[in-house]
Amino acid sequence: MSAPLPPNPAKELNVAITPELIKSHGFQPDEYDLIKDILGREPTMTELGVFSVMWSEHCSYKNSRLLLRGFPMEKKDPNALGKVLVRAGEENAGVIDIGDNWAICFKIESHNHPSAVEPFEGAATGVGGIIRDIFTMGARPALLTNSLRFGDIRTSAQSRRLLRGVVAGISHYGNCIGIPNVGGDIYFDKSYEGNPLVNALCLGTLRHDQIKRGAATGIGNPVYYVGAATGRDGLGGAAFASKELSETSSEDRPAVQKGDPFMEKLLLEACLELMEVPGLVVGIQDMGAAGLTCSTAETASRGSSGIQIELDLVPQRETGMNSYEIMLSESQERMLVIVTKGREKEIEDIFAKWDLHAVQIGEVVEGDEMIVTHHGVPVVKIPAKRLADDAPLCMQEAKEPATIAQMRDWKPESLQPADEALLQKALPALLNHPTIAQKRWIWQQYDHMVIAGTVLSPGSDAGVARLRLGDKEKYVAIANDCNNSYCKADPYKGAAIAVIECLQNLACSGARALGLTDNLNFGNPYKPESFYYLKEAIKGLAEACTFYDIPVTGGNVSLYNESPELAIDPTPTVSIAGLIEKPEHVTTQWAGRGQSLVLLGDWPNELGQSMYLQELHDLKTGAVPAFEFGKIQKLIDLTLELITQGKVKAAHDISEGGLLSSVAEMLFGHNETIGATLDLSQAPASIRKDALLYGEGPGRIIVATTDADAVLSAARAKGVPAAKIGETSAQGSELKISGTALSWDAAALRKGWEDAIPSLMNA
Amino acid sequence: MNIRVFVNYKKNVLDPQGEAVGRAMQSLNFPAHPHVRVGKTIEFTVDGQDTPEFRKTLDKLCNDLLSNPVIEDYRYEISQ
Repeated sequence: MSAPLPPNPAKELNVAITPELIKSHGFQPDEYDLIKDILGREPTMTELGVFSVMWSEHCSYKNSRLLLRGFPMEKKDPNALGKVLVRAGEENAGVIDIGDNWAICFKIESHNHPSAVEPFEGAATGVGGIIRDIFTMGARPALLTNSLRFGDIRTSAQSRRLLRGVVAGISHYGNCIGIPNVGGDIYFDKSYEGNPLVNALCLGTLRHDQIKRGAATGIGNPVYYVGAATGRDGLGGAAFASKELSETSSEDRPAVQKGDPFMEKLLLEACLELMEVPGLVVGIQDMGAAGLTCSTAETASRGSSGIQIELDLVPQRETGMNSYEIMLSESQERMLVIVTKGREKEIEDIFAKWDLHAVQIGEVVEGDEMIVTHHGVPVVKIPAKRLADDAPLCMQEAKEPATIAQMRDWKPESLQPADEALLQKALPALLNHPTIAQKRWIWQQYDHMVIAGTVLSPGSDAGVARLRLGDKEKYVAIANDCNNSYCKADPYKGAAIAVIECLQNLACSGARALGLTDNLNFGNPYKPESFYYLKEAIKGLAEACTFYDIPVTGGNVSLYNESPELAIDPTPTVSIAGLIEKPEHVTTQWAGRGQSLVLLGDWPNELGQSMYLQELHDLKTGAVPAFEFGKIQKLIDLTLELITQGKVKAAHDISEGGLLSSVAEMLFGHNETIGATLDLSQAPASIRKDALLYGEGPGRIIVATTDADAVLSAARAKGVPAAKIGETSAQGSELKISGTALSWDAAALRKGWEDAIPSLMNA
Repeated sequence: MNIRVFVNYKKNVLDPQGEAVGRAMQSLNFPAHPHVRVGKTIEFTVDGQDTPEFRKTLDKLCNDLLSNPVIEDYRYEISQ
């Protein structure tokens, strides 16, 4: 047994560790035994808090890490473009080579629970946190995107309030700090009622020699605290994010942090300036979730050394904070920096110039312990590596939910074939659904043009930005996706389809995929049904990424996404970054007049889990559409080949809303709305009309071209099915299907599509 | 009746504007404590009497509209 630590200077912390305290810190009894085993004694109250945040799902991935081992972390050919320079889990964010000695660093992270309690501040600090993860690596942030999920804003005032607050919070932080928000994805579904998902992504650029590590090495090197002062913000936020939302969550109030984007801008510039000084920075890490605790434990663990800090030296915004509060505070805009001994003045001068605190709070010490003192009294003494790396890893029980078989067994034949009146009505109904409708109301609140690098505004298949890299320019595209209905019905296929959908979106923009970051949003892992979703979705992601040779470079796991009524639909959000070789390859979804429309891939023929079933028949059921990885690879290669050869003017994949919705979106151009005449007579007669027009499924891309024969023969050569499905009109805006009475005015369709979200939000 | 409602962040919530004003005070060598809080005042007049029922309505107004109870506190003054 080790000797107990002396009493804490703060009397209120000298309490016996009761089973209630252990439980309220989120520990199972065997986990507490492990803590005692690591320490060789009972933990102090402060240590209990330290373990609780470090071993929360947010920091330790305790319920998911074993599953995540299936992800490919590197390219199969280590010398191919897109080589992984910093792997997932090594540091704050992964880094990928983009050639010419430059690299990109990107990651997505969730702020779901804080956004549910206080949407504006929750979303804003989510953006702030992910930006810090990127510049900590030495990268200059270049763009933001986000993946959002809300309840149905047509029926729920609460979801409208959350959407309004979240969008305002994202735009506040991103706009103030001056990083463009180039796109994202959003779905509305009642499973997210009361538990919205806010996943924010940041991508930055850096030279290979600029990569910084978060390791504390070199005995005697000083440990600096830089940035904003510590207050009682978000006490226990990381632990908070690993609990289900309950009726009392709104009482859980101190867990809301408030961000300060102007402070973060100073911190960003100061840190990047600091990191440019040769040999000055030894290690650097942001204080995100679990603040000072996580940054000291992880830097010491990575550096295989000890670290000692004194809390009296930590800048404090409030008086009378005790060691528990200081260690667990989640105040924003703070970083931990380890610099070379003897060069203290250099860091202090740089931070003084930017009007920021840079205070030495401790040093790297011999041994392997993280030692924290308060008023000179030791209050935490834990082996750092065991704290950071030895969190219990669990494999929970998984059980296939009964709904999966029910949905899979649903027979489309049970539905009467749609008559023309229904087919006519369905298109405007789908285009007006908030998930499909135009998202301008959202992205116009974001500054998507700042830094003047945005090539494609939000609204096309992927966001595209021009990166200025020394004397070079490169074009990066980023696509986000995840269809929750698919994942609910079949998490394995749904997750794989999310990867495919991103790859298709990138291909439609002219980009070749490089790397993937994912945000796994699921319910309580201790419920076997929820754990089944998590396990199967990770398997789907892993197999898709392995097949397409897309390394996973990092991400985030957010569990316990449940409101009192129900768990959210499983949502493994996927974001893939890709490169566009030449600016002339940047392609949009907007067709021009007098062009042929060619469908690449099979004819749509499945109704399962489609928006059409949900909206027109009130059925959220059916089997998830089938796909073959190999066929989709051919389709993506073909699309990119056609784009690089200049044979394609516009490209758009078929996703929510089916073929007709995709065609309609291609007609809603920047300058005018155009019409089209479709001829679907080549489709096999065996396909139901509703499945042909509104069925969904991966593996289908529509391209607009002035040389349909060349596209068709290229498709034949690649072995991809292809058929000409119509032409855009020379004038007017009528969209019609020849051989039927189906006809719409595309301008009227567009009006409904554009007005759907504003009319709900501005009412 | 004249009502003045004062809204400010809860004690533990960061006030970036207050912090910025505090830093500016210090850089002007003004001998202030740096922890400045910047709140807002809402003034309006209403007809009627200052009754417990009225105060209940006013509290509801402050909670639902004039302040964000998740991060802000309020107090008010009523004068004739």
